[in-house]
Amino acid sequence: MADALLKVDGLLKHFGGVTATDHVDLSVPSGELHGLIGPNGAGKTTLIHQLSGALRADAGTIFFNGRDITRASLHQRVHFGVARSYQITSIFRSVTVVHNLALAVLARSGSSLGFWRPLAREPVLFDEARALVNQVGLGGRENVVAGRLAHGEQRQLEVGLALATRARLLLLDEPMAGLGPEESQRMVALIAGLKGAITLLLVEHDMDAVFRLADRISVLDSGRIIATGTPEAIRNDEGVKRAYLGEAAPA
Amino acid sequence: MRNGLAISMLVLLVAFPLAAKHWDQLFYVSFASRILIYALAASSLNLILGYGGMVSFGHAAFLGTGAYAVAILMAEGVTSAWLSWPLAVMVSALFALVIGAVSLRTRGVYFIMITLAFAQMAYYLFISLRAYGGEDGLNLAARSRVGFGLDLAGDLTFYYVVLALVMACLYLMQRLLSARFGQVVQAIRDNETRMEAIGFPTYRYKLICFALAGGAAGLAGALLANQNGFVSPNLLQWTQSGTLMVMVILGGVGYLYGGALGAAVFLILEEALSAYTVHWQLGLGLALLAIVLYARQGLAGLLAGSAAERR
Repeated sequence: MADALLKVDGLLKHFGGVTATDHVDLSVPSGELHGLIGPNGAGKTTLIHQLSGALRADAGTIFFNGRDITRASLHQRVHFGVARSYQITSIFRSVTVVHNLALAVLARSGSSLGFWRPLAREPVLFDEARALVNQVGLGGRENVVAGRLAHGEQRQLEVGLALATRARLLLLDEPMAGLGPEESQRMVALIAGLKGAITLLLVEHDMDAVFRLADRISVLDSGRIIATGTPEAIRNDEGVKRAYLGEAAPA
Repeated sequence: MRNGLAISMLVLLVAFPLAAKHWDQLFYVSFASRILIYALAASSLNLILGYGGMVSFGHAAFLGTGAYAVAILMAEGVTSAWLSWPLAVMVSALFALVIGAVSLRTRGVYFIMITLAFAQMAYYLFISLRAYGGEDGLNLAARSRVGFGLDLAGDLTFYYVVLALVMACLYLMQRLLSARFGQVVQAIRDNETRMEAIGFPTYRYKLICFALAGGAAGLAGALLANQNGFVSPNLLQWTQSGTLMVMVILGGVGYLYGGALGAAVFLILEEALSAYTVHWQLGLGLALLAIVLYARQGLAGLLAGSAAERR
């Protein structure tokens, strides 16, 4: 896997006496949709935090596209091509949907040291933002203030913000959190639409969705990766079954 | 409607000194200049506090630095406004850049405390400047010279120069806030983590905003030194920072004219109440209490009628 887009070697993170990330090795080739599952408290979000740059790892390295990004900050990694979404919706609640996405488009357009021309009169930004509105299935809702969107729509915008960075690797942290069955269907369709075009690391509790979408799946338990393989192989893995004992077994 | 209000306000501001002169009440012209200068100072604080979400408790440091820059330059024989005022702005902005570079690494209450600490350090620094009056302060020999046959010694002339500068600054602030930079800063205020996560180096934007506000406060300081004909370390004291903060809260945090409105109401209340009682601050305190309890958006919020106007 020398040509993996994301390559993680021996990643380690302690919180006091707890080892939240325990020598994690992970390799995601370009174009893959890689599922990351595990029981509650397995350290999935902690891992995402380290991959995105929100948290520093105690040890280990993270390579992206052949570049060592272990010490790069959150915003630097976005420019390298790694972006994330949040499990707890993190959007700009007081501005419209299209304005949210225009900000993310703006982040890519070099310097934002414009002091004179109103942002609202920058058609290029807003044209691209509107295209993104449609891509994430919020067509017709672009002028709604984001805080007034339904929960499911906010989740779509959440993914849209990550998508708007045009990153090559998206780290999606439980995009389906709190969604009803119908909204989940929409989200699955949205992610399925991204598959192939972008490399995705998908953390999700919705087993149905992960097993349907992922090319390969890694299972995290107590900070350690206990299995990696195709959905079929993971489904039949004895170690995985044991880890999930007491929780709903993978379908 | 809003434009109509702005234009009639401007007409009033332009016509007011002529009326005051007609009825021989030049004191009010000087008082109005003071209001305008504080309007600029409070607006510059509103830029970082209201729009940038940076609750700085040391803004007087920049006001005082600007004032001292003009006074010290004048003591050294530099009387031209064209030289000393821009220098005051630059020195204050640079000072803000340094303070901001350290302070902005902290958040919340720590940010409030560290900005306060820096301002107090500046306060004691000017107290220790024996050559420039130390604790007693420093008199200006005259008002700065602007040339073009204008003499700032005249209260009317000075008022119009102040008015022009303050209006220009407010206009620049309005442009800046709706342009890329201002929109980025406001988004950082609303959700800094997400701004990082979509690729913005948020620290840099906040720092630039902080320095700009410092520069604007420096200009207010330069004008204030001219207005008073005198500078002293009191200009940098923490109570002065508090006053500016009260003005912003009174007027409306995050409203374009919040700072100006707050400065006007604060100074007029102070003037009116202190005619009746030495305990005028009690009345002011009650007014502030009412605002904080019942009108969080300040007077500008009340005037706008709803929170929808915000941003």
